[in-house]
Amino acid sequence: MMDTFAALAHGMAVAVQPMNLLYALIGVFLGTAVGVLPGIGPALTVALLLPVTYKLDPGGSLIMFAGIYYGGMYGGSTTAILINTPGESASMATALEGNKMAKAGRGGPALATSAIGSFVAGTIATIGLAFLAPWLVDFAVRFGPEDYFALMCVAFVTVSATFGDSPVRGLTSLFIGLTLGLVGIDKLTGQARLAFGVPELLDGVEVTTLAVGLFAVGEALYVASRRHHTEEKLEPVRGSLWMTKEDWKRSWKPWLRGTMFGFPIGALPAGGAEIPTFLSYSTEKRLTKHPEEFGKGAIEGVAGPEAANNASAAGTLVPLLTLGLPTSATAAMMLAGFQQYGLNPGPLLFAERPDLVWGLIASLFIANMMLLVLNLPLVGLWVRLLAIPQPWLYAGILVFATMGTIAAKPSVVELSMLAGFGVLGFLMRRFDFPIAPVVVGLILGPIAESQLRRALAISLGDPMALLQSPISATLLGVALIALLAPFVLKGLGRFKAKED
Amino acid sequence: MTSGDPAQPRRFDRAGIVIAALLAVLAAVLVWDARGLQSAAMYGMGPEAMPVVVASGLALLAIGNFIDALRGNLPARESADPVPVVLILVGLALLIAIIGFGGGFILATSALFVTTSAAFGRRAVLVDSIIALVMSTLIYLAFDRLLTLSLPAGPLERLL
Repeated sequence: MMDTFAALAHGMAVAVQPMNLLYALIGVFLGTAVGVLPGIGPALTVALLLPVTYKLDPGGSLIMFAGIYYGGMYGGSTTAILINTPGESASMATALEGNKMAKAGRGGPALATSAIGSFVAGTIATIGLAFLAPWLVDFAVRFGPEDYFALMCVAFVTVSATFGDSPVRGLTSLFIGLTLGLVGIDKLTGQARLAFGVPELLDGVEVTTLAVGLFAVGEALYVASRRHHTEEKLEPVRGSLWMTKEDWKRSWKPWLRGTMFGFPIGALPAGGAEIPTFLSYSTEKRLTKHPEEFGKGAIEGVAGPEAANNASAAGTLVPLLTLGLPTSATAAMMLAGFQQYGLNPGPLLFAERPDLVWGLIASLFIANMMLLVLNLPLVGLWVRLLAIPQPWLYAGILVFATMGTIAAKPSVVELSMLAGFGVLGFLMRRFDFPIAPVVVGLILGPIAESQLRRALAISLGDPMALLQSPISATLLGVALIALLAPFVLKGLGRFKAKED
Repeated sequence: MTSGDPAQPRRFDRAGIVIAALLAVLAAVLVWDARGLQSAAMYGMGPEAMPVVVASGLALLAIGNFIDALRGNLPARESADPVPVVLILVGLALLIAIIGFGGGFILATSALFVTTSAAFGRRAVLVDSIIALVMSTLIYLAFDRLLTLSLPAGPLERLL
């Protein structure tokens, strides 16, 4: 307990250095500016801004990342409230009530309750992260390679199958990601896999190229293809920005309840902020004293899900920092940010670079505070960004998206891959395949493979070693149940439907 | 391309069958590629094991997707307009070609900007071209000179 305080105090000392404060400020500002653009969620915000941090030292760049992460989340909810285009599924619940509030001329209080709720939830959840992380690290040090492999199996299943609409489509996305993860030189034997003699493929598929292709290019193609369907309408922020006494009274409990949903679910290797946000939404709908307002702009329906969203974002950092396990697309992009410096999050990083890890955690507090101070006064600026005409907006997004790849690897092969992933992203959106499992598969696939091969090399090729470790046996059991549960439940549902 | 006609709920989905076939092809490519690998490991699994595992998964999923397609279980799709998609892809192809032939960052991204903007319904090509050139020049200056990221230079960049 005391250790955590000491480590956190040390992290604060790192984070408040003037240069690092400036990095956090730039991160928060850029994150919000990009995140507020319609159709851009936090994962893409981080992916687009990765090249900007190339030239910084790891400490400064991770701190900027913390700012970009929270800034992107905040920007996303602004878009959800004002034009009803949630950049990602986690903001969908916010858009339900938030956009109705904006239409009723209460956009100001909606933005305010989401900003303050995000701050409250983010702060509580970061405290949770600070206390939970060292405890988990102590536990994770004892993990052998077979335990890591089993843990990744859990993450694979929960991210792709258990919580999606269709386990078959989610697993298909995951296996596309795993296939892409195989491309390149096998680290243990030096043999090339799936490279087809193309030298650029020997290094493997770049995470940023895949993410930017799937998210940015894919989204632009998708929006362009169905431009004739939707007309987005920007709600002007009318009236007071401030919440009334009544608004405060109706908001604080949903904030706390949202945090209680968001943090634990985010911290589990289950992934996704969708479940806590929708849980929070339905809870608030049930508990509210103003049920007649739900569906017409109830402030509880914004306060709760927004808090849940931010708390789960901080929660996903728990498995990411302590186990190196990304459970959301955004966390996967954060991991790519670590990897560009050759850093691998996990128990070792806590021991070797405490300044980095605790500096990052402390920066989360600071970024949160900055967002609160920056965003409400600057809401006019963000709204103006939302008013950029769609043609220029998407043209600009594509220019920026390709720029990252051009700066990193200006080769025809790499750019063709970017375009190819864009087409893949477009088709996946069109046929309703989830995107995040592809990115998670690409990142975790090679790690899972090398852990499995290490485990089998240690056990002299005996696969039973996977079941002899109690941790790994339990985790594999959890993964198997999580894999089969949706199919069994679907079968039961059909059985019931027949009886009716 | 509309599917899910309420009168015939069990109509099979042609796109879904294509998806299933593509997954099966991908699985075959994986196995074919893995056959060329040498297993150097004394114990445990060599580099060819994982591709085979992934390929088996893909093959199973191809069957799963095929069943979904036969049952017409795919979610309903709205009609899509192919013209803007093709326009943006032409823009990306132009960008790749210009970078490939040494035309530089500014011309390449300007071409992408103008085609994308046209794909989203703008018809003022000349105005957009000027906006694109100014914007990409500014981006080039900011990132190449200030942040010292190296962006490919062509005739225009050398004038700066």
